[in-house]
Amino acid sequence: MTPEIGHFALALALAMALIQSVIPMIGASRRNLIWMRSARATSTGQLVLVGIAFAALMYSFFVSDFTVVNVAENSNSLQPMMFKLAATWGSHEGSLLLWIFILTVFGAGVAHFGSNIPDALKARTLSVQAWISVGFLSFLLFTSNPFDRVFPPPLDGSDLNPLLQDIGLVMHPPLLYFGYVGFSIVFSFAVAALIEGRVDTAWARWVRPWTLAAWISLTAGIALGSWWAYYELGWGGWWFWDPVENVSFMPWLLGTALLHSAIVTEKRAAFKSWTILLAILTFSLSLLGTFIVRSGLLTSVHAFAVDPERGFYILGLLAVSIGGSLALFAWRAPMMEPGGLFKPISREAGLLLNNMILATATGTVLFGTLYPLFFEALTGGEKISVGPPFFNAAFVPMMLPLVFAMALGPLLSWKRADLAGVFQRLKFVAVLSVLATLAIWYRMNGGPVLGYLSILLAFWLLFATVREWVGRIRLFEVPFTDAVRRARNLPRASHGMSMAHAGVAVVILGMVGSSVWKSEQILFAQPGTDVSIAGFEVEFRGVERVRGPNYVADRGTLDVSRNGERLTTLYPERRSYPVAQSTTTESAIRSTLAGDLYISIGQPALEEADDSGAWTLRILYEPWVNLIWIGACMLVIGGGLSLSDRRLRVGAPKRAAVSSDATVPAE
Amino acid sequence: MMRYIAFAPLMIAAIVGGFFLWGLNPDRDPNALPSVLISQPAPAFELAPLSTLDTPGLARNDLIGNDTPVVVNVFASWCVPCRAEHAVLTSLVERDGVRLFGINYKDKPEDASRWLNDLGNPYERIGADEVGRAGIEWGISGVPETFIVGGDGTVLFRYVGPVVGEEAEAEFRAALAQAGVIGEGA
Repeated sequence: MTPEIGHFALALALAMALIQSVIPMIGASRRNLIWMRSARATSTGQLVLVGIAFAALMYSFFVSDFTVVNVAENSNSLQPMMFKLAATWGSHEGSLLLWIFILTVFGAGVAHFGSNIPDALKARTLSVQAWISVGFLSFLLFTSNPFDRVFPPPLDGSDLNPLLQDIGLVMHPPLLYFGYVGFSIVFSFAVAALIEGRVDTAWARWVRPWTLAAWISLTAGIALGSWWAYYELGWGGWWFWDPVENVSFMPWLLGTALLHSAIVTEKRAAFKSWTILLAILTFSLSLLGTFIVRSGLLTSVHAFAVDPERGFYILGLLAVSIGGSLALFAWRAPMMEPGGLFKPISREAGLLLNNMILATATGTVLFGTLYPLFFEALTGGEKISVGPPFFNAAFVPMMLPLVFAMALGPLLSWKRADLAGVFQRLKFVAVLSVLATLAIWYRMNGGPVLGYLSILLAFWLLFATVREWVGRIRLFEVPFTDAVRRARNLPRASHGMSMAHAGVAVVILGMVGSSVWKSEQILFAQPGTDVSIAGFEVEFRGVERVRGPNYVADRGTLDVSRNGERLTTLYPERRSYPVAQSTTTESAIRSTLAGDLYISIGQPALEEADDSGAWTLRILYEPWVNLIWIGACMLVIGGGLSLSDRRLRVGAPKRAAVSSDATVPAE
Repeated sequence: MMRYIAFAPLMIAAIVGGFFLWGLNPDRDPNALPSVLISQPAPAFELAPLSTLDTPGLARNDLIGNDTPVVVNVFASWCVPCRAEHAVLTSLVERDGVRLFGINYKDKPEDASRWLNDLGNPYERIGADEVGRAGIEWGISGVPETFIVGGDGTVLFRYVGPVVGEEAEAEFRAALAQAGVIGEGA
């Protein structure tokens, strides 16, 4: 019964979305307030109905109702409860339902919290949001119904993909989707503004908190995904330039550009059409991600079970939404009046550089990701793959000037800035960064020049950001209590920016350290073997077989010591899931700030696991790798600080926004 | 000028969309790796029999001069999917009269013979590839893999992974039918 309720709720939600996609839009052009405000009720209704559907599906997983195909295919009675529930979004259908649920969350969010947005703009925005709902709800109902029944029901389910049975899966997709789909509302705002033909500083201010909320979730989602790949997949890396990673990274890059260009639109009324275009493209790239993951267009570890019919359906949705919005853009954008003027050296120019680099980087990642498809189409079937060497060679050098300029940007003033003065203030920072890099060089001795250059720039960014923050609160210039008072009075957005920029520097340090000074050994070892790696001595004690709820595992025991002192014992596992017929690697990690010692265990020489057999061991030392997650947390906290700024709060009085210019440091 | 620039994103999106439309062509399988061996003669190799079984060994010469195409299956006792595939292969041999040769890949002879004694031995010949040398010659990417080799020793078809499940079996039977080993729709 429950699944039918869910199915029915979805159908009702579709009907409601259809109404919302028409009535408020017409109301806005006829200035009919009641029609415009109907969007509030319908978007709440959509949220409730899709919520009911989602809860119904989750309940089916909760009670392991194997008459539902989706449950039978993705769950198993032996699976721990947490993974039973998380399996709700482990399949194509369930994750699409989650996708739509988040879509309605954002729609209802704007309906309820956007009280300062003019009725017409709000009505149009919510109508556009409903168009997206209609597209995806019909996709779900007509091609991927999560509530399909099966008769006779199987005795037990075929288990969730074991790779997904991890705390990472429980959180990674919802966060990622919150980010992906969150950009939908920004897209709707942009399309509504194009329909209205007006973009002004107020528009940018209304859009910014939603952009920021989506960006924070996407950042957290990507970081969590990367962390999950790092310790769950047993690959000993945190980023692989896999197509599906790339499609989540592209909206992030462009979303970051959007966050910055929206500042210019808000403060200086410039970059209007560019900001609109970024808003459209960011969500388009999110849709592209949805398309690539679900159509089987490219090979990837992440792809869902593939069905060409679905591919055509989503491609149709893409053609309508992206094509339609870009056509609207081509028609309306030239009519927008240009904004405030600025000199080549100014904060505007700095943010323009930021946007150009981020957009180019996005284009590069997009090209690299789709190149195999282009190549295959143009050569008539020849296959190539584009891997990390391309991305590292094309992407990394592009980021270096961005990082360099990032340190300067916050110190530049609007309209016209004094670059010589900025460098003057950063002299000490430059010296300190060089010293810090030399210290690293002394300690690590050896490594590529590009690695040291990246480290130098990361220190430069870190110190310059701290310097800028210290300068703002006049720490060391005025008495300490005054400085604290200044820090408290500083807008939270400004603390947020410093935190996020410093986070980028920390992430870079982690990435460079773990890629450049990684040591790795793969060996075929008998119990009793000693291995030394990166100053650690590892003794392989043996392997035993252990039993989990829905798997059996071979668990290795390895003692780790350094300079004769016992540090810890690690237990990497190789699990086989008999129902799902697959195996996963549970690596064991000794994690410290200095680096991770990472051990995973592979195939035995013999199938019978007894103590005499030899096993494949993979031992890695990744220095500084945890800085990546720490830096990512700083990005998220920085975004959160900025979001909590009262000037951005949706209901904040407009007057408050004007005072922000006062926080720009005087020249 | 602005008028034309404003159309650029739409144009680019349309071109990319065109590639996507092409990419969705249902005949296209992005996971299919072209095998260098297809339509090429089978590689030269010569494998001794499993010392613990009576089944003869396997060499390239055994693949040449057969009246009908034969199936060469790479298997190992340590490979779990091979166990599932074993039933499918056995039924092909017993019900459809397919001639099946095996390459026992990186396995201990005792384990392999115990495995075959437990499950039954559908193989006409088995070459013991203890060091994995023949596996390299055949260019396998993992175990199991299954090849169809024509009467003249030409490799006609390669299947990566276990031939288990409706879709895989249908694909493999279609290839066998095309090679003329079994009748259409058998």
